[in-house]
Amino acid sequence: MTPQAEFHQRDRDLHPPAHTPVYKTSVLRSPRIPLWSLQNSLSEVTGPIFSPDELGPLDNDLVLNYAKQGEAIGEQTIVHGYVLDGNGQPVSNTLVEVWQANAGGRYRHRNDTYIAPIDPNFGGCGRMLTDERGYYFFRTIKPGAYPFRNRINSWRPAHIHFSVFGTGFAQRLITQMYFEGDPLIPHDSIIATIPDKSAADRLTARLDLNASRPLECLAYRFDIVLRGRRQTLFENKLQGS
Amino acid sequence: MTSSPFIPSYLPETPSQTAGPYVHIGLIPEQAGFEIFENNFSGDIAGPDVVGQRIIIEGRIFDGAGHVAKDVLVETWQANAAGRYNHPADMQNKTIDPNFRGWARTGTDFATGLYTIRTIKPGSVAGRKGRKAMAPHVNFWLASRGINIGLATRMYFGDEEAANSDDPVLNIIEQPERRKTLIAPRSERDGAVVYTFDIYLQGERETVFFDV
Repeated sequence: MTPQAEFHQRDRDLHPPAHTPVYKTSVLRSPRIPLWSLQNSLSEVTGPIFSPDELGPLDNDLVLNYAKQGEAIGEQTIVHGYVLDGNGQPVSNTLVEVWQANAGGRYRHRNDTYIAPIDPNFGGCGRMLTDERGYYFFRTIKPGAYPFRNRINSWRPAHIHFSVFGTGFAQRLITQMYFEGDPLIPHDSIIATIPDKSAADRLTARLDLNASRPLECLAYRFDIVLRGRRQTLFENKLQGS
Repeated sequence: MTSSPFIPSYLPETPSQTAGPYVHIGLIPEQAGFEIFENNFSGDIAGPDVVGQRIIIEGRIFDGAGHVAKDVLVETWQANAAGRYNHPADMQNKTIDPNFRGWARTGTDFATGLYTIRTIKPGSVAGRKGRKAMAPHVNFWLASRGINIGLATRMYFGDEEAANSDDPVLNIIEQPERRKTLIAPRSERDGAVVYTFDIYLQGERETVFFDV
């Protein structure tokens, strides 16, 4: 492979467009002039690399990483999966960051004024690096649903926000993960920004009973796919670098 | 979908979703109002051992009605002072600065809307194969409430007129007037060099955003 391998063109049809009136805030924050297509240079095929010593031992345990006098309240839940690229190759050693509301649907954020109480033992954020197989996992509390100001009675399904880097800045992705079976999913204005139903469905993590801990907590499986590089499938010098 | 040893089937990319109003919790918790991690990423990446000219990049982000967007995540990615990215894909024959990763993260201020990046001025980086060198620039990536998929753009330096006029990326932007949306004017304030890069998400002065 060439180490400067460019990324496959992003399939914009899998993503929400910028301007989605169903989600009102997007109307004034969406560029209206088409994006200028830029073939990858070094600026796009490179990106930040993080090292394990930058993270703390509890950074991926949201049950404990803000515990003051006790553990966070709510359903303890494991979320795990693989970060892969479009070629099906693992994306190893990449930073995955997550944030979410607490069990009552309240965020630890100075701008959140929802009536649900703050949990003194729950911060609501975590982070981890994928291992050499692209695998990540974290333990958390299943977040609650909450209302948001969009339409009169708009509610968000329970969700966890994900931020992922990949190996080049052009792979940068922020998204949200939902929970299988949540009855609010078909009513959500944020999911509705994605026109491709099967693409939207890939944001729903599946219950994974095999990964649950008996008598302790359930698990959900959420795999993430970043853009692949143009390269032969069996060479990938960037991995593990 | 057909799968064979000769026709690989690709995996579709995970769709983007807005970072939402509380992006700070996960990515800049101190701005959300609490401390949780021992080690935090920041918008100040010009530590004492970093080589290069100290600069401040600051600006505001405007929506289509001219309002300042006060909850936007701003990330930047840049080469070091010698013009090399700290990444294995950059094989230019230039020095790596071990003290400089080149990536910064901050948020626009809840009160003023101003974002501030403290960094060093990057050197010029080789262009795509066969093309001339790119003028010094900083890659920007924005995410926030109302932004459904992260927006990529570049900031160029107002005092690099000759390099900018030769830059292969600026020059592929069809309308010369629009190229100016990427060029940050230089000023000095209290002895510091400041580049002001205001970003317009929409409207008459809409910034050029790239599909990279």
